Amino acid sequence: MIWDLHCHFSGFGGRTPEEGMAEVIRLGDRMGIERFCIYLGFGREENPSPAQMRTHNDEVLRALDHWRHRAWAFVYLNPNYLDESLREFDRCVKDGPMVGVKLWVAQKASGRALDPIIERAAAMQAVIFQHTWWKTGGNLSGESTPLDVVELAKRHPKTPIICGHTGGNWELGIRAVRGQTNLSVDLAGSDPTNGFVEMAVRELGAERIIWGSDAGGRSLGSQLAKVQGSTVPEAAKKLMLGENLKRMMMPILTAKGFRV
Amino acid sequence: MIDTNVYVSRWPFRRLPGDETAVLVQKLRAAGVVEAWAGSFDAVLHRDMGAVNLRVTEECRKNGNGLLKPVGCVNPMLPDWREDLRRCQERYGMKAIRLHPNYHGYRLEDAVTRELLSAAAERGLFVQIAAQMEDERTQHSLLRVAPVPLQMLPELTKTIQRLRVQVLNHPRPVSWERVYWDFCAVEGVRGLTELLKGSVADSLCFGSYYPFFLWESAALKMKEAGAEGAVLEKLRAGTARVLMGGTGR
Repeated sequence: MIWDLHCHFSGFGGRTPEEGMAEVIRLGDRMGIERFCIYLGFGREENPSPAQMRTHNDEVLRALDHWRHRAWAFVYLNPNYLDESLREFDRCVKDGPMVGVKLWVAQKASGRALDPIIERAAAMQAVIFQHTWWKTGGNLSGESTPLDVVELAKRHPKTPIICGHTGGNWELGIRAVRGQTNLSVDLAGSDPTNGFVEMAVRELGAERIIWGSDAGGRSLGSQLAKVQGSTVPEAAKKLMLGENLKRMMMPILTAKGFRV
Repeated sequence: MIDTNVYVSRWPFRRLPGDETAVLVQKLRAAGVVEAWAGSFDAVLHRDMGAVNLRVTEECRKNGNGLLKPVGCVNPMLPDWREDLRRCQERYGMKAIRLHPNYHGYRLEDAVTRELLSAAAERGLFVQIAAQMEDERTQHSLLRVAPVPLQMLPELTKTIQRLRVQVLNHPRPVSWERVYWDFCAVEGVRGLTELLKGSVADSLCFGSYYPFFLWESAALKMKEAGAEGAVLEKLRAGTARVLMGGTGR
């Protein structure tokens, strides 16, 4: 069973969300991926206005429409527009089919503006995904490092949160999140560097690691290789490739009546 | 299958699963690789290149029963680099050299690059150029190295007779005369698929960049692209044989 935590239909080709999503499924079938979590539409606004947020999420809803048996969706929110973000959460998650929250680079995760979003998502047991990178050349001004997510996780110690990309610079990211046990890490979106998964399993335990691809910007193959080519036990691979994500998602899937 | 891009010895910044040569050989054999062109991570930063080339030759001789073909390195910024080139061919019987211009501090535009490439071509050696070893965003903060700019390469292959070049670890291969590529750094879900639609397809070789990258990455990209039949055979070995034999484009 392979579930992809981190997928964007926009990189798969196709002029519409429906066409892009059909390609996601076609290539997913080829690579053995059963389910996808999708977020973000065609744009890449780093600090989206409320209207842009809505456009993103509408495109994702269109993509999801025919594929609810193969895909889940996360709502894209911007803490710089907190009231609008909470309303968007209600529209897409509380009253809609989405099951998680995607936070990107509009504001660092350490900022307290995120707290109401986290609280609302936690109340519904929605999945919370926060992008992080820890770039050698420096991050964007609103881009979180794993240390920012640790601050957030400390303020919400009972809420599971996913540290996107493990910070990219994974040797730093793994160490940063190691002691904060309500944080899981996402393997997506960095080069298929040998040793990443081995260190993550050694330091965090396989239960805190979730596979994602960050396709279409990344190759499904290069990202699957991180787990499938690693030297960790097969049981650990199964956890990372799908079982951990399924376990995290089951409460909200069950509450919404989705069958798995 | 021929893997045109593997390394022996140690990456300077971390131990890698597979950086023991016996383990590397075991991995390649299990994957169906019958020949692998092996450079040395030592070549990236070491200055005693004579010792580096001797060790890579010995490692390839001791491990794998001929599976590993040693690829030496020449750094034209070192004194008497021509002697390293001579030894690669005459003493070690190498068919290729692998260059690291960005770690060694020269550009393809420099006169010494033309001298080196010309000397390699005269000896019938083909030249691998490693365009980048690691994503700039994840490099050690005290050793940041930008990718090799390749704009000059078409001019060099056009004007240096018999020069054959393979670019390694580059994300965007293009169709240039007598220039070959691997696709280990090609990304995006449609990355290899799009390349296979164009004329550059004839210059793509399988190269895993193992053990820095997972070996499975390049292999799964071929599956993702739906490569099969003659196209797959060229990727797996056919184009590499042309490159090694010097009978190609």
